Amino acid sequence: MTPLLVVAGALVGAPLRLLVTRLAARGGRDPAGGTLTVNVAGSALLGLVLGAAATPPAVVALVGTGFCGTLTTFSTFGGDVVRMVEQRRLARGLAYVLATVVLGVGAAALGYVAAPG
Amino acid sequence: MRYAPGSSRPRPEARPELARGEGAGVLYLLAALGGALGALARWGVGTALPHSPGGWPWATLLVNLTGCLLFGVLIALLAARSPEPPWARPFLAVGVLGGYTTCSAFAVEAVGLAEAGHPVPAVGYVLVSVVGGVLAVAAGALAVRAVRSR
Repeated sequence: MTPLLVVAGALVGAPLRLLVTRLAARGGRDPAGGTLTVNVAGSALLGLVLGAAATPPAVVALVGTGFCGTLTTFSTFGGDVVRMVEQRRLARGLAYVLATVVLGVGAAALGYVAAPG
Repeated sequence: MRYAPGSSRPRPEARPELARGEGAGVLYLLAALGGALGALARWGVGTALPHSPGGWPWATLLVNLTGCLLFGVLIALLAARSPEPPWARPFLAVGVLGGYTTCSAFAVEAVGLAEAGHPVPAVGYVLVSVVGGVLAVAAGALAVRAVRSR
């Protein structure tokens, strides 16, 4: 049952991430803004899910491992940073790394603290 | 965009807009299917390598570092192909590897380590994940370029 719930969450999370990065890339802007957005939002939601005392295991599998895990990504983040370095945009790459870490971990902590119970 | 006067036609755009309308639906389907496969693999690794709350999260570190390495390999392979297969990026990069790796578990685990009274491992986990992930993408891409240039 658990793997099916993980798959169900992932079937929503991955296309939603594609949608957000495509929207962020409109007008020739950097799609990394979209990656940052989904990573921070997914980290906040997972903090809420895991911080709540009474979250059922099925919800953790569906919303946590499946949806949040797949909405967010680390490989695209790493690829974005390498691309920025190759384009000699070092300040932008460093700002992107710091934003992902500070906002991502901060959002997870906020979700964790704000969770009921 | 510059092209020599008199040449037959302008070069196609370096980054064409992704397909819109009905064609875009296929992109989302490919991303969803790939994401499901990647998430299943991530769940499998997490089940095989469980960690206690506040413990060192080996499973997430493993999927993120190996996923970044494979991402570097993939983008270097695709960069060497012109035109690249249209299914490869949405299915493999956005879907499989995007779904296999995760930022949310990484962020929550860093908070968990700190909350469990392990601030030094928490900072270490963030540094190893971020620096290791970026280096893994670069290593994967450089390895492909080195093999191809022989």
